[in-house]
Amino acid sequence: MGYFEHLRAFLHERYRLGGLVDLATHKTVPIHRHSVWYYWGGMTLVLIGIQIISGVLLLLYYRPSAQEAFESVRFLMTRVQFGWLVRSVHAWAANLAIFCAMVHLASVFFLKAYRPPRELTWVTGVVLLFLLFGFGFTGYLLPWNTLAFFATKVGTEIAGIVPVVGPVVQIFLRGGSDVGDVTITRFFWLHVAILPIGLMTLLSLHLLMIQLQGMSKPPWVKSNRSMPFFPNFFLRDLVAWSLILGIVLCVSVHWPATLGEKADPFAPTPVGIQPEWYFLWMFQTLKIFPGHLFGLEGELVAVGLTGLAGLALLLVPWLDRPARREQSSWLVWAVGVLGIAYVVGMTGYALWVKPH
Amino acid sequence: MCPRQPLSRRVFLALCLRGGGLALLGAALYPILRYLYPPRGVESSVSSVAAAKVGDLATNTAKIFRFGSRPGLLIRSPQGELKAFSAVCTHLNCTVQYDSDASIIWCACHNGKYDLNGQVISGPPPRPLDAYQVNVRGEDIIVSKTS
Amino acid sequence: MTGYRLRVALGLLLCPGFVWSAEKPNSCVECHKQVEGQTRGPATLAAEDVHFQRGLSCVDCHGGDPTAMDPQAAMDPAKGFLGRPRREQIPQFCARCHADPATMRKYNPNLPTDQYAKYLTSQHGKRFSVGDADVPVCISCHEAHGIRSKKDPASPVYPTNIPGTCASCHSDASIMDKHGLPVNQHWDYSQSVHGQALLFRGDRAAPHCASCHGSHEAAKPRTVAIGNVCAQCHSLTRDLFAKSPHKAAHEALGLPECEVCHGNHLIRKPSDEMLGTGQDAVCVSCHEPGSTGYVTAQQMRSAIEQLKTHMASAEAAVRHAAELGMDVGDAEFELREAMTQLTQERTYVHSFSAATMEPIAEEGTHHALRAEGQARQAIREFHFRRQGLWVTLIILALVVSGLLLKIRDLERSDSTDKMDDTSPRDSS
Repeated sequence: MGYFEHLRAFLHERYRLGGLVDLATHKTVPIHRHSVWYYWGGMTLVLIGIQIISGVLLLLYYRPSAQEAFESVRFLMTRVQFGWLVRSVHAWAANLAIFCAMVHLASVFFLKAYRPPRELTWVTGVVLLFLLFGFGFTGYLLPWNTLAFFATKVGTEIAGIVPVVGPVVQIFLRGGSDVGDVTITRFFWLHVAILPIGLMTLLSLHLLMIQLQGMSKPPWVKSNRSMPFFPNFFLRDLVAWSLILGIVLCVSVHWPATLGEKADPFAPTPVGIQPEWYFLWMFQTLKIFPGHLFGLEGELVAVGLTGLAGLALLLVPWLDRPARREQSSWLVWAVGVLGIAYVVGMTGYALWVKPH
Repeated sequence: MCPRQPLSRRVFLALCLRGGGLALLGAALYPILRYLYPPRGVESSVSSVAAAKVGDLATNTAKIFRFGSRPGLLIRSPQGELKAFSAVCTHLNCTVQYDSDASIIWCACHNGKYDLNGQVISGPPPRPLDAYQVNVRGEDIIVSKTS
Repeated sequence: MTGYRLRVALGLLLCPGFVWSAEKPNSCVECHKQVEGQTRGPATLAAEDVHFQRGLSCVDCHGGDPTAMDPQAAMDPAKGFLGRPRREQIPQFCARCHADPATMRKYNPNLPTDQYAKYLTSQHGKRFSVGDADVPVCISCHEAHGIRSKKDPASPVYPTNIPGTCASCHSDASIMDKHGLPVNQHWDYSQSVHGQALLFRGDRAAPHCASCHGSHEAAKPRTVAIGNVCAQCHSLTRDLFAKSPHKAAHEALGLPECEVCHGNHLIRKPSDEMLGTGQDAVCVSCHEPGSTGYVTAQQMRSAIEQLKTHMASAEAAVRHAAELGMDVGDAEFELREAMTQLTQERTYVHSFSAATMEPIAEEGTHHALRAEGQARQAIREFHFRRQGLWVTLIILALVVSGLLLKIRDLERSDSTDKMDDTSPRDSS
């Protein structure tokens, strides 16, 4: 018996790990022509893992205050060995994680994997995506450069539009009436303490549900072909993870994260301030909305509609009634396609109008 | 079945997986360990800098220190006061120095002279030197930009 | 027009002099405000006048009785009314107070009282004494009414306004031709390094006409004194010159010091081309090829060029490193030091000795080489990053191919297993 078997026997004797091992290994992965979409959740997971490691490393040199944040990041980028790499990986993996999570969400939507009994897996997944947005929004400010400062100013301004709770949320986020020294402390607190707790909790639930219920198969796939998750699918997962790791490294080395100028709260807002790409579609929606609509303020309507869309996304398992009866509905399909077309179109539009 | 082929294949597989995995681990750990090792004696912040130790400067001496990518001048005046200025001459950006005989700040390029408040005494400089704030924190003399 | 009146009225209300004159009725202002023509001006200008602001009024210069409402009584010569001084009376008219320390101490103890005496020594004053009507008197530069302090940016004698004030006569050919004087000084000055600094960058430390020629004592600097004029600011350069062999040579030949090479009004930013034996070099106008001076000029120029070459090479490396996205703060710091040495070396040209310049050139080269070394190090680091990436990618490729092989093996054996399932298993 090798060391590993000894250890396993030791633990098994004391903690009856059989159930856990079963939980990890009993799952199978259906094989059909849409199987490729099963990789995206795993890729998001490994990117989140990269984020945790690189984020913990960044904590070693980062100082969360308006006086020192920018300087500490510059120090990290220029003086600390491989500091540039750690920060670039953190910045790039963040973007890729959100991208993978979006693709994962879209694939689950079109493959109707949210059908009973997997409603809560969907709900936790959607909330996880919102949390990733929260990570992106709070993390963007932390280097305290001009772009981040003003993007945060505009972003928290938008939060203030929401009636009743908006101003409270705005004050809560900013820690005062304006974006300043207090804001950076709060965003740091959210970014490294509150959001991670939420992420870990929901991520564990999300993964546990998947392990308990196994992988879903689209209603129209009749074949029962499948492969064991461990090791067959897991090895394939590892291939995908290696590829994503390679991509993260390539982009981080070739296009390292930049720092820009230190934020000056008293400087006029520079032209062409835009949030991160995953917020662009919302930003652009606000911009193109007419000033007044049905006797309401246009911005309010835009924010309200975006909020409703978010709520609808969360409730998809219950809104899609035909799916509950294992039927496909062209209407749900069309809504999904239109939604994606809108988000992609608006993002593209925002990127296209930027230089003008 | 030829036993040789699966064997060499297995060896190759083990090389790829175990060796590759170990190499990957090394490739990840190398930058991380280098990252964790503290960089040599530089302060991270540029809006303030530890310019010298308290004992470094005798009365009526000065020291050039680095403030970001520009030089600064830290002076202990004949009265024992600590003063700090940007060491960049306002005339043609030469680095100024302390003249302990005359107790003035002096630029060697064109003989620009400043008093110990950074004001121009004589020579071509059009403006006074930018003054910095000096604080003593424990053993360190901290120079910071006045905001 | 109404706006102007309003402003004057406001000014009158706000200035202390008016309060004083409001207590004591001032018939001069009351009447002159209402008359049309030339004599209306002073009453409206007085508010901005430095004298008026310090509590002096019309009567203090012109005499008369401001309490009398009848013009005849108010402007009665018997009551000391002087009227409008004639042009040739003006210097003395002002000097009544301005040359009297006791009077001046009451108002502005810091103001000198030697302007009139100096004026009489100036070229202007000398011509004035012999009855030349073209020369300026006090009011030509300071105005008659509405006289402002020289610290007031609207004053004609505020530093940035001085060249224009002088030019109002000195660029006027109809006056200058009579005296055989040129009219191009203002134009030349405005093109010069000093004029650019003062007139276009608003640098009030830059010299204007009076800085070299004097103001009340204005005169042409004498040949031997030119060095002293320039040394007001360029003291080190002058010191170096005074210790150089040029000092004696210039004296012997009766040549002005700085002016021979740099000119006077049109002093351009000196270039390295002025030094050496090239086409634009000023050295060759005196030094024959083959002479010691000629050789020294060549050596000095090559010392500067050598440092510049080192710096250019270092700058190119630093720029390259910066373009690659590397941090070049250290190298820029060294380059700055090299630049300091180059500037200093250019000043030490005025020692006219290659040996004096050598240690400065060496120090500068040392900094330039360090900057270049640091930039090259940064470029190497950049390539190291790329190589590191390639090594990692190769390892990743190895792992991926291993994984793919493993999957193939696994699934092949799975299918063999399934086939084996039908037949009893061999004992192995």
